Amino acid sequence: MARWFVVLGLCLLFPSAFAQSPDGAPAAAGSCVACHGAEGQGSGAFPHLAGLGEAYLRRQLDAFASGERVNAIMKPIASGLSESQRQAVAGYFSGLEMAPTEAAGGPPPDGPGRTLAVHGRWQQDLPACVQCHGPGGQGIGEDFPPLAGQPAAYLEDQLKAWRAGNRPAGPQGLMGHIAERLDDDDLKAVAAYFAALPAATAEAGDD
Amino acid sequence: MTKPAIKKPAMNRPVLMVMAGCALLAIAAWLLAMVLTGGPEDYAERYAGQSAPDDSASAAGAMSSSPRPSASASSASPSSSESGQAAAPASAPATAAPPRSAIPDNEFGELVRQGERIFADPGQFASDWVGNDLSCQNCHFDAGRYDKTASLRSAWPMYPAYRSKNQHVNDFAERLQGCFTYSMNGKAPPRDGEVIQALQAYSFWLAKGMPTGEAPDVRGYPDVGDPPEPPSFARGETVFQEHCALCHGDDGQGQKAAGGAPGFPPLWGPRSYNWGAGMHRVNTAAAFIKAAMPLGKPDVTDQQAWDVALFINSHERPQDPRFTGSVQDTAERFHQHQGQYGKTVNGQVLGEHSPPSGTVP
Ligand code: HEC
Ligand code: HEC
Ligand code: HEC
Ligand code: HEC
Repeated sequence: MARWFVVLGLCLLFPSAFAQSPDGAPAAAGSCVACHGAEGQGSGAFPHLAGLGEAYLRRQLDAFASGERVNAIMKPIASGLSESQRQAVAGYFSGLEMAPTEAAGGPPPDGPGRTLAVHGRWQQDLPACVQCHGPGGQGIGEDFPPLAGQPAAYLEDQLKAWRAGNRPAGPQGLMGHIAERLDDDDLKAVAAYFAALPAATAEAGDD
Repeated sequence: MTKPAIKKPAMNRPVLMVMAGCALLAIAAWLLAMVLTGGPEDYAERYAGQSAPDDSASAAGAMSSSPRPSASASSASPSSSESGQAAAPASAPATAAPPRSAIPDNEFGELVRQGERIFADPGQFASDWVGNDLSCQNCHFDAGRYDKTASLRSAWPMYPAYRSKNQHVNDFAERLQGCFTYSMNGKAPPRDGEVIQALQAYSFWLAKGMPTGEAPDVRGYPDVGDPPEPPSFARGETVFQEHCALCHGDDGQGQKAAGGAPGFPPLWGPRSYNWGAGMHRVNTAAAFIKAAMPLGKPDVTDQQAWDVALFINSHERPQDPRFTGSVQDTAERFHQHQGQYGKTVNGQVLGEHSPPSGTVP
């Protein structure tokens, strides 16, 4: 949590970032770019929003506003948006694409994180993450967000939030039920794995 | 927790007493059920109006093709009271398939790896023989390792075996060919070709430590209990929308992942399994769904599993490859079981509007 306030402080040092609203963007999206990057590409520890499902984004904004998804920074921001503004920014960011990137530090780490992500742990009835989050963690459809290239600390925080009851379990309670069965080592390893994958590959970009 | 079947070597007294109590309760419940339903006849018979010939390999007994009234009490757990008394086998069967890391680095290991690749993604590694968007592991999870979804290690030691489906003794290669013809809506790869050889090497390797010819504790899909009510299409549709459409789509056609990669598989339509596949049987699909769907959180009731199994299998899918030219004739010859082929649903005879089978690329 403290980490976010430091970053928030840094953001406030650059008020100009808040002013600009990208071309064609709903006015409300202008205030997001400071943290989530111009074009929703993410920045530093802040997750990227570009290309996430519209339904998924809308659900998160509603959950931040209601406090079901606990986050001190996003709560006032989401509460400040009207219903139609939430819908508009969700639609806007979901329509953007992540720019293709090279894998950050070479190929993603092999080991327990990859095993969990790619094969799951079926002895404990745990599916592989990629079965719902898509091959390479690129996401599937409206409801299964991409994980590839999101900051490791952010991913780990989300898994912890489910275990602590600080984030709604999501559609059909699927994700909460998965996170409950992961231990601390799992979280770290699997978060590091997905963070190291490229958010968009050249092929995935042009479909 | 319902962990599949591994034999527990020793049990202490309180556990045995609790189990004995459960067994008594189960027997009492079964007797009551018999009184209420007018006899111990198989649910299959009431539902289909005839005795359902079992398509499972004959020796197995543990296959879940038709629900048995009392089996539901112990669904996935080893038939508790029996296993306590059964004479322990000389050496206990392996409790799990060997880990991936144990595949040897030699020519045999390479064939095993190729088998796993084909099993996980036949559309890419055996494309000449595949006519839909499914993969083997869509129905046999974790590349055929997961014990609750007809694992390969439980199948390998049970062949050759007689199959009523084609009325002769099948060896494992022929069993694999059948999966391509029906579940994959494709064509049978040659027995001595790389595809069948690699899949056999892979299955053999996974089955390390399984006694040959001895029915494993868990085989096929675990039994699903009888539905309290006969399965209903209308209720099945509701179950589908509430529990399945999120992934398989409102129209049951599945969803692609970003970039067109395989995501969630189609449940009916031209890119799914055909009218000859085991999954088109309502009882088999109900058992699979109860054990494994929704993915990662299989929490539907027995009734819901049967209802939605009936619903997904009441839609058109590719024709039965044994089609004789007439749906009625094909139904009479090959569909004397719990399936919807040839039945009229919403004014349409299923099978009359099927896309052709086996149209591989
Ligand atoms: C001051 C920085 C900041 C600003 C400005 C900001 N956000 Fe956020 N946002 C965050 C942080 C921090 C998180 C991570 C929250 C968490 O850990 O749960 C987040 C998370 C999100 C998420 C969840 C992403 C996911 O993958 O689940 C959405 C959606 C979101 N923000 C939308 C917006 C929108 C829309 C705006 C503009 C109206 C905005 N944010 C402005 C800091 C900010
Ligand atoms: C059965 C399907 C399923 C599986 C398997 C699954 N997830 Fe999820 N996951 C979801 C859904 C649905 C959501 C969206 C939840 C929501 O809408 O709030 C989600 C969201 C997430 C998020 C939040 C992303 C963000 O941008 O905030 C993370 C992190 C995550 N999953 C990690 C994992 C990991 C790690 C695994 C493997 C151990 C995994 N998931 C396996 C269904 C699944
Ligand atoms: C969280 C997503 C999800 C939900 C919800 C879900 N499934 Fe599935 N289903 C899958 C995935 C993924 C597979 C393939 C599994 C694999 O490849 O390991 C699958 C496979 C199947 C299959 C076998 C393959 C095929 O296409 O025929 C059937 C049948 C099926 N599901 C039926 C259902 C039914 C019925 C429900 C609702 C009770 C349901 N599923 C709910 C994700 C889901
Ligand atoms: C649409 C689902 C589906 C697909 C796809 C599928 N199968 Fe099957 N498979 C089944 C069903 C159902 C059974 C019978 C299980 C039962 O009756 O309990 C079965 C049985 C088997 C058996 C025999 C199991 C035994 O214990 O006798 C083998 C071996 C097998 N499949 C291999 C494969 C291979 C290889 C592929 C891919 C080429 C494949 N399957 C694709 C559904 C499927």
